[in-house]
Amino acid sequence: MKRFLTQITLGAASALALVAAPAAAQDFVIADATLVIGDGSEPIADGVVEVKNGQVVYAGSGDGRSFETDEVISVNDAYVTPGLFSTISTLGIWDVGAVSESNDQRAGGAPFSAALDVSEIINPRSQHVLVHRAAGITRASVTTLPGASIFAGQGAIIDLGADDEPVMRAKAFQMVDLSERGARIAGGSRAATYALFRSALREAAALGRGMPRTPEIGVGGEVLLSRFDAEALKPVVSGSQKLYVLVERASDIRSVLALKGEFAKLDMVLVGASEGWLVAKDIAAAGVPVIADGLDDLPETFQELASTQSNIGRMAAAGVQVAINASAMQNERRLTQYAGNLVALTKVPGASGLTWGKAFAAISSVPAAISGLDGKAGVLKPGAVGDLVIWDGDPLEVGSVPTQVFIAGVKQPLDSHQSRLRERFRDLDESDLPKVYDW
Amino acid sequence: MRYVIQSIIGGEGLRRVKASFGAAIVAGLALALAACATTGTASAADDTGDTEDEEPKFAAMAESDGPFPSTYKPYPGVATALVGATVYDGKGGRIDNGTVLFRDGKVVNAGDASLSTEGYTVIDARGKFVTPGIIDIHSHLGDYPTPSVAAHSDGNEATAPTTPDVWAEHSVWPQDPGFSRALANGGITALQILPGSANLMGGRSVTLKNVYARTVQGMKFPGAPYGFKMACGENPKRVYGNRGRKPSTRMGNFAVNRQTWYDAIAYANMEEPRRDLGKETLKGVLEGKILVHNHCYRADEMALVMDMAKEIGYKVTAFHHAIEAYKIGDLLRENDVCAAIWADWYGFKMEAYDGILENAAFLQQADACVVIHSDDANDIQRLNQEAAKAQRAGLRLGIDIPDAVAIQWITLNPAKAMGIADQTGSLEAGKMADVVLWNGDPLSVYSKPEKVWIDGALMFDMMDRKRRPVSDFELGQPGEGDVK
Repeated sequence: MKRFLTQITLGAASALALVAAPAAAQDFVIADATLVIGDGSEPIADGVVEVKNGQVVYAGSGDGRSFETDEVISVNDAYVTPGLFSTISTLGIWDVGAVSESNDQRAGGAPFSAALDVSEIINPRSQHVLVHRAAGITRASVTTLPGASIFAGQGAIIDLGADDEPVMRAKAFQMVDLSERGARIAGGSRAATYALFRSALREAAALGRGMPRTPEIGVGGEVLLSRFDAEALKPVVSGSQKLYVLVERASDIRSVLALKGEFAKLDMVLVGASEGWLVAKDIAAAGVPVIADGLDDLPETFQELASTQSNIGRMAAAGVQVAINASAMQNERRLTQYAGNLVALTKVPGASGLTWGKAFAAISSVPAAISGLDGKAGVLKPGAVGDLVIWDGDPLEVGSVPTQVFIAGVKQPLDSHQSRLRERFRDLDESDLPKVYDW
Repeated sequence: MRYVIQSIIGGEGLRRVKASFGAAIVAGLALALAACATTGTASAADDTGDTEDEEPKFAAMAESDGPFPSTYKPYPGVATALVGATVYDGKGGRIDNGTVLFRDGKVVNAGDASLSTEGYTVIDARGKFVTPGIIDIHSHLGDYPTPSVAAHSDGNEATAPTTPDVWAEHSVWPQDPGFSRALANGGITALQILPGSANLMGGRSVTLKNVYARTVQGMKFPGAPYGFKMACGENPKRVYGNRGRKPSTRMGNFAVNRQTWYDAIAYANMEEPRRDLGKETLKGVLEGKILVHNHCYRADEMALVMDMAKEIGYKVTAFHHAIEAYKIGDLLRENDVCAAIWADWYGFKMEAYDGILENAAFLQQADACVVIHSDDANDIQRLNQEAAKAQRAGLRLGIDIPDAVAIQWITLNPAKAMGIADQTGSLEAGKMADVVLWNGDPLSVYSKPEKVWIDGALMFDMMDRKRRPVSDFELGQPGEGDVK
């Protein structure tokens, strides 16, 4: 049933918003929103979003517009944002960190590295997917982490929808560790890392010409590059697959940027980049985006001596495209808190932060764009996926949570193991039966 | 970037990984140091040599003499009046348009606008907030300092399942850059440094003022009692079970603990026992002079520990990392044991699987003691935000915890559990003038400490780039003196 509505009648129709969630994508309009587009702009009062066939068809001021839709959700000035985009995520590939058999993050004992493909091992029913969906994350770039070699494997873009098809794009990027840790894996020196990296890419290029050279590269019985890994690096060399590079120290960042002189087609993204602010102009000039650690400010290692919470603000001011790294925090639902902290820095003399709009973009449209989804995710623009979050407060404020989440136009359940525990232990009353009967 | 370790096993795991390669290196050294400790610092009692009684020729200071005494001295400050702020007094009270007065290192008064500011340097704090200094009951700064290299891994004497003989203060590197971040970004004025959790009995903790000194003695909180670190659950049984020795199970954990306590009781009952460093600490616990801080995640295990404490005759002051405390808020209240917890950590290990955001709120609802802790060199910079998360999780369920009470979770409550509440933790007359002026609501992500006083001395000022500590390590390095 389609109903023709104008802005004037939206209020009266809003009671319909309380009906049960549709099982599939439904056309709807969200009205009376404090609307966040996600592109770096500031929130819009009295905003409206229209979703049709799972996609955004309009987002902006509601003034004088009329909509034909199934359902109107009037949110009474609540914040409405695009779904958050978590990048360098491990959602769906582990259950309990220290329970190794439940944890697929790192294949340290495998004779493969670049060939690893995370898209086959995503579990959309993982509690971490459920918990983070309820925290407003709707899409993520998921990857295994470097284990046996410097190459982490091929990452995937997923959505966090409550269905059995999480993978939106497989083999979306390759990741390599050219940091201090990568150097330990490669044999104990950064020099070894670069030699291994170069060898791997040359081998991949040779394979591209049908002329394999080395069957494998190894050290002490460990395989650092197998024939299959070299095969997997072909799209990296040709530039058709992005290469995420883990790197922290300023001098290392310069060396990584210089690799483009040798491998011209590399489509690189820096990850970590704690000393990026020291070489921000070089990064900007190279046009290489950064997925940066949001609040690291300790000399955790010798490659991060200059780390500061102002790193992202300073890089952004120099013109670098910067997203916040979801792997550099206790859990990924802290993305909003990290963005909020960057806003707080704008009031600190000598510090650099981000405006509210830019901070929000650093956890939505920017990581989506870096993932190849520019204008398609993390943003409310015509043609973007219908991922929307309605919040109970300012989304960057600590303690704010979503009240409703839509992914590709489908309203999502927000329950998890945690929400069930919460309901069971609202009280400690066991006068009739043990707590285990309370479910 | 820390993700490489953290994303597998969380912050706690960070230390475990460090310990695993640190232990082998330091084991030999530790034995050598232990040997020194039994013979090293003895002093000649009598040089004349002709006394006739049985006075021993050599005698170490007694434990009651207080070896390694604090040499902390407050720095000079000016009599200061903070005027017009919203004041959270640390004990659950809120004063709008308040005035906070301190001089000579002590709080003089915290009250409304009618207080006279004559004789004080007045700071216009309108639109700002004042709290007591923030206190972290669970930190490893100094013992696991940054840079996090093996040579700095001094937090876990993971060479025996019980090491009550070790003292965390002997591992503290007072130049850890982390102290400065905790001060400038977190408003931390006092913190307890605990040994790690590999051992059932990890050793003595030390409480520090967050003021850099050349020595750890220069940071020691004057008059603070010692704490004693214990650990339940997965860590001890994993660390020692993996080495093929007891304990390898939770029941093994309890067996080793109980026998160790029985031996300590026997020692404590002796008239003149041969001195035993570890048993001296355990005796201090039995006497109630040393406070037990017990790392324990699971509700059922906490209940067993409380019964073990009753059996032996000691008191657990606080359970730390008490992920499942919300399941036994009633028991914790009845036993008068605080739960020191994170706001949102979960899932990094099996015993953390049932972590929920509502833990603190449910405990508060049960009228149990809540402390928000960090266990982390990053989270210690944002304990105020962690408290806010926990508070708002309650509000969503209709558990309305006032802002001033959420602040109490990171001020007076940890001070009580650390045995220093008579000296700090609230803005009451006569207490140490440990004070934070925030540039906005401290329970908002958008606020930061603007000024931090410790014993009335201004130790951090956001508006003065030189009023910011730079540790020896950071001098001449990239980013020296940066805002961090």
